[in-house]
Amino acid sequence: MSLLELKNISRQFGAIHAVEDVSFQIEPGEIVGLMGDNGAGKSTLVKMIAGNFPASSGRMVFDGNEVQFNQPSDARRAGIEIVYQDLALCDNLSAAANVFLGREIMRSVGPFKFLDHRKMRERAAELFRELQSETRPRDVVKRMSGGQRQAVAIARTRLADAKLVLMDEPTAAISVRQVAEVLALIKRLKERGVAVILISHRMPDVFGVCERIMVLRRGHLVANKLASTSSPEEITALIVGAKAAA
Amino acid sequence: MNKSPDASNLDSVFNLSERSKLGEMLRSQEFWIVVAVLIIGAVVGMIAPRFLTSANMANILQNFCFTALMAIGMTPVIMTGGIDISVGSTLGLTGVLLGLFCASGYPFAVVVLFVLLVGAFVGIVNGALVSYLKLPPFIVTLGMMSLVRSQTLVVTNNQVVYDFGKAGDTLLALGSGSFLGVPNVLWAVIVSAVVMQWLLSMTKWGRYVRAIGGNENAARLSGIPVDRVKVSTYALLGAMTGMTAIFLVGWMGAATNALGQGQELQVIAATVIGGANLLGGFGTSFGAVIGSVLIEVIRNALLLAGVNPFWQGTFVGLFILFAVLLERFRSTRA
Repeated sequence: MSLLELKNISRQFGAIHAVEDVSFQIEPGEIVGLMGDNGAGKSTLVKMIAGNFPASSGRMVFDGNEVQFNQPSDARRAGIEIVYQDLALCDNLSAAANVFLGREIMRSVGPFKFLDHRKMRERAAELFRELQSETRPRDVVKRMSGGQRQAVAIARTRLADAKLVLMDEPTAAISVRQVAEVLALIKRLKERGVAVILISHRMPDVFGVCERIMVLRRGHLVANKLASTSSPEEITALIVGAKAAA
Repeated sequence: MNKSPDASNLDSVFNLSERSKLGEMLRSQEFWIVVAVLIIGAVVGMIAPRFLTSANMANILQNFCFTALMAIGMTPVIMTGGIDISVGSTLGLTGVLLGLFCASGYPFAVVVLFVLLVGAFVGIVNGALVSYLKLPPFIVTLGMMSLVRSQTLVVTNNQVVYDFGKAGDTLLALGSGSFLGVPNVLWAVIVSAVVMQWLLSMTKWGRYVRAIGGNENAARLSGIPVDRVKVSTYALLGAMTGMTAIFLVGWMGAATNALGQGQELQVIAATVIGGANLLGGFGTSFGAVIGSVLIEVIRNALLLAGVNPFWQGTFVGLFILFAVLLERFRSTRA
C-alpha cells in the first residue's frame, strides 16, 4: 500500500490553473524528487499536501485514509512534516529548544509544571546521533552552519515521528561540503522508513539521493520515472519543455 | 538504537558546552553593568563621601524600585520584539484611581485588585491591537499614552488625591514600611525579579516569549499561540504597573495626575541597559533590575557630587548608547 496517493488533484487561483489533474503515489521510505521551473506549481502542490490550503478538486489518500487537510496542523497530526526553505528556526534559542519548540517536555513538581531542559537536551542529542550530525543540543542556532541548521529542522520531523517529510530546497543556500551533509541526512530519514519529497533545482542533489523523479511543467505532471532510467539531460528537457513528457 | 561507528565520538561532541560558566558571565551585559555601577560608586564615593553612607544607600535602594518593578514587567514585552511607551501614563491612571477608590471607602484588598485589573486591562488593549490588528507597538502605545494620560486628568478633574480614607492607613503603611529591615517595595522587586526569571527560563510561556522574539514566523509555524502570548506580556506589564502605583502612591502619600510622566523612558532605558534587545529574543529580569539601579545611581551620584542636575539626562543617554554598543560588540564577536 502506498503511503500517499494523489488522485486527479487540481488547484485554481481565480483563472489561473496552478496545478492541474496531478496523480501520483509515494511509497513508504521512498525519496522522490519534485522538479520544475519557477511557477511550475511545485510549491502549490506541496502546500496542498502540507495542508496550507485545500485542493480545488481531486482526492488525497494518506496512510490508507482519505484525507482533507484544512490547516497545517491537520497534516502534521496525520504524520506529514515540512522543512521550510528558510528553516523556520529561532536563531536565539538552542538547538534542543528549537527541536522541541511547541512540543516541550514538561516536568511536574507538585502542582507546578516546568520545562525539563535536561530531558530535552538528552532526547535532542539522541536525535542528532541518529542523524549522525555533529550538532550540539546546547548551542545557539545563530552560530550554526547551514548543515547543522538542517539537522535541527530535520530532527524536529523525527521528533514528531513523521511518515512523510516535505523538503523545500534544503540545499539552496549552503556550501558544497554542507550539501553532502544534508543529503546524508535525507538518506538517514529513509533508513528510518520515512518517505521524503525533495523539491530542488539542483540536478546533482536530486540524482544523488532520489529514487524517483517527478517533473511539473505549467501545473501538469509531465514525468514520473525512476532516476535510474533517466538522466539530468532528459529531466532538464522535461522542465523547460524541450521534451513534452516521459 | 542503531549505533553507528562514530557514535561515541558524537557523544563527546554533544557533551561539550560551548563555553565555560566564567566566559558566559564575562559576555553577559548584566555583568558589565554591575561593574559600571561599582566603578561609579567607587569614584563618586571618593568625590562625595556622603554617597557611600548607609542612609544614602537606603535612599538609592528605595528609589530605584519603582522603575525596576516596571522594567521587570517590560522585559518580556521587549523580548517578544514589542515595546510599551504607555506605562508612564498607566502608572498615573492607576495611581489616581487607587487614591479615588481608597477615598470612596472600599476595603484595601478590593482596591488593590481593582488597580491591578485596570493596569492589566490597558495592557490587554495594547496587546490586542498589536497582536490581532498587527499594528506597530510603538504607535499603539503612543496613542495609549496620550489617551490614558488624558483620562487621568478627566477622572481627577486636575485635583491632587491625598485623602485616602480608611484604606489609606494600610496603603501608607505598605508604601513606607519595611519587613526584616528591607523596604516592602524592595521585597516586591526581589520577588518579582525571581518569579519573572523563573517564568522566563522554566515555563512554556517564557520559552514562547523568547521564540516569538527570535522568529515570530517560526513560532507560529510551530503551533505556538503567538497572539495570546503577546497579549499576556502586555497584560502582565500593565498589572505590574498597577502594583508599582500602589507602592509609589503609598510611599509619596499623594497621587498627582502628573504621576509617572516621562517614566516610560526610564523604564525602557533600564530594560535596554540591562541587556534586553529591542529587536526581541533576549533579556533577563536581573538585567532590568541592574539597569534600574544604574539609572538611579547616576541620578543620585550627580546630585551628591554637586553636578548640575540638568546633566542627568546626558549621562543616562550615554549609558543607553553604551549599552547598545556593548550589545552590538557582544553579538558580532559571538
